[in-house]
Amino acid sequence: MAVIRDVMPAFELYQPASIADAQKLLEQHGRDAWVMAGGLDSFDWLKDRIKKPKAVVDLSGVAELKGIRASSDGGIEIGAMTTLTEVVKNPIVKEKYGLLAQGAELAASPQIRNQGTIGGNVSQDARCWYYRAGWPCYRAGGNICYADTPTGRNREHAILGADRCVAVNPSDSAPALIALDAKFVLRTAQGEKVIDAEDYFIGPDIDIMHLNILRPGDLLTAIRIPSTWAGAQFYFEKVRDRNVWDFALLNVASAMKVSGGNIDSIRIAVNGAAARPLRLRAVEAAVQGKAKSAATGEMAGKLAVEGAVPLQFNAYKIPLMRNLVKRAIGGVEEANFA
Amino acid sequence: MIQWATSPWGQTVPIHIAWFLIWVAVIAGLGFFIVHAIWVKFFARQEVFAGGAPSSALSAKLPERVKRHSFAARAFHWIMALAMFALLITAFLPKVGFPFGWVTYHWIAGLVLTASILFHIVHATFFMDPWSIWPDRADIEDAQRRLKRFLGQDAPPPRRFAKYPLENKMYHGVIVLAGLSVVLTGVFMMFRVRTGILPRNPYLFGDLTWGMMYVLHGLAGVGLIALIMVHVYFAVRPEKFDITKSMIFGTMSKEHYLEHHDPERWAVEKS
Repeated sequence: MAVIRDVMPAFELYQPASIADAQKLLEQHGRDAWVMAGGLDSFDWLKDRIKKPKAVVDLSGVAELKGIRASSDGGIEIGAMTTLTEVVKNPIVKEKYGLLAQGAELAASPQIRNQGTIGGNVSQDARCWYYRAGWPCYRAGGNICYADTPTGRNREHAILGADRCVAVNPSDSAPALIALDAKFVLRTAQGEKVIDAEDYFIGPDIDIMHLNILRPGDLLTAIRIPSTWAGAQFYFEKVRDRNVWDFALLNVASAMKVSGGNIDSIRIAVNGAAARPLRLRAVEAAVQGKAKSAATGEMAGKLAVEGAVPLQFNAYKIPLMRNLVKRAIGGVEEANFA
Repeated sequence: MIQWATSPWGQTVPIHIAWFLIWVAVIAGLGFFIVHAIWVKFFARQEVFAGGAPSSALSAKLPERVKRHSFAARAFHWIMALAMFALLITAFLPKVGFPFGWVTYHWIAGLVLTASILFHIVHATFFMDPWSIWPDRADIEDAQRRLKRFLGQDAPPPRRFAKYPLENKMYHGVIVLAGLSVVLTGVFMMFRVRTGILPRNPYLFGDLTWGMMYVLHGLAGVGLIALIMVHVYFAVRPEKFDITKSMIFGTMSKEHYLEHHDPERWAVEKS
């Protein structure tokens, strides 16, 4: 984490009470506006004086954005400003969508989960320290990636999908939401848009300066989880350097339907391997109909890391990802770390 | 016009051009179309050349179709054109709001352009008349005559053109400058991305040199937007159709040749 340099730069603070007001403010200020959810990511940027927005739109007063509601299709809708703690403790989430509860519970620390929101968690920026320190890298609009150099410190960086920038997405809830086939509800100048969770995230090949598709004026308002995967077999594992208050080196989330020992259907995603959480479609296709066994897990693990390119200091991520995928499919007791 | 940043060592360095220059180039290209089209439609006078009408004896000696471009020259032109369009699309569409994964396509198109230019240099030097595309003394004298006549002063009419009119030669010169700028800087910029061809080495140059290279690449790139727009505009103008068709079929009509070109300065190959 960069050294906090000073007090925050001056900005106009807006605290709308409704989505409509928030959207109006965002449209009015365009690129000069900063959307603040729980403030965990925002205050890092502001106190480091790396980002200097003219207007900060604080969404904490928008009641419509909070809470977890049952939806008509039997699933649930989670307001973007719902805290991670509320998500973790919600009885429906715990009972039917335990995968999300596990992912959210492993994010950061209890204090941060009390303040951090689900919308903020999926929309947070990359943690690459060169970028966070304000260096003029690709992600900051420059023409170099300081992490992807012969001497760059890149232990936590990408092994897949790198394109000039090698930063990774740090969210723990994102892969769980992708595995649950969640939909993200956006309010844009063109109206409401509902998109698949995996399409919310973008890699540097498409947009090197953003981790998601939100553009000035856009707002993530809710996350809808359909009932499709309610009560399925879930697996979530996060590997980090210390057991609390740390970002994932890699995490994996899977939702699986098994009958007679065979995998009927599965959705699996990893994060920390690329600039966007990766849904492993090739793995899903390869294991469907196969026995839920160590052998299938082994095959899936190998398939998952095909095309991985290690940097100077993160080659360990390849066997780590291979084993996480293997454990997610074959089960923990079956797996051995190679 | 230039985007600046502070390097980790506190140095103020350029990082790339300001992207609004894309729109400046597009507007400049469109402005040229409009002004030129109005000029041709309402103000331009009939072109008059020294020497009067071409003789019928000369006409009788010429084939109906006059060979202008060899197959190799045409192939080079169209390969270069495809590469150039691919480069402009991949470079600038993402910048103006149509994001897609462009880097790989961009450097591959850049390599095609580089290879085609190298071929052209060798082909033009050893298998064509390399001087025919560069302005000569007659071009300068004729340009002076045309300028004087345009300003209403007394001057003899200019001679007919050699193989390439002066405007073509000047355009070629500017394209050479812009093209070599993007190619040379682009080849070095390939050291900054993963290509599998060149080893990545972002420390090949210092931040300032890299920054200037990105700026030059960008300036030449946006310059090419306007240049290509102008080129396409002339290619579709009715009075230039014969020239455009000669870049497709290799030949131009005898009438166009006799009307605009000087047989003394461009002797037709007998087929």
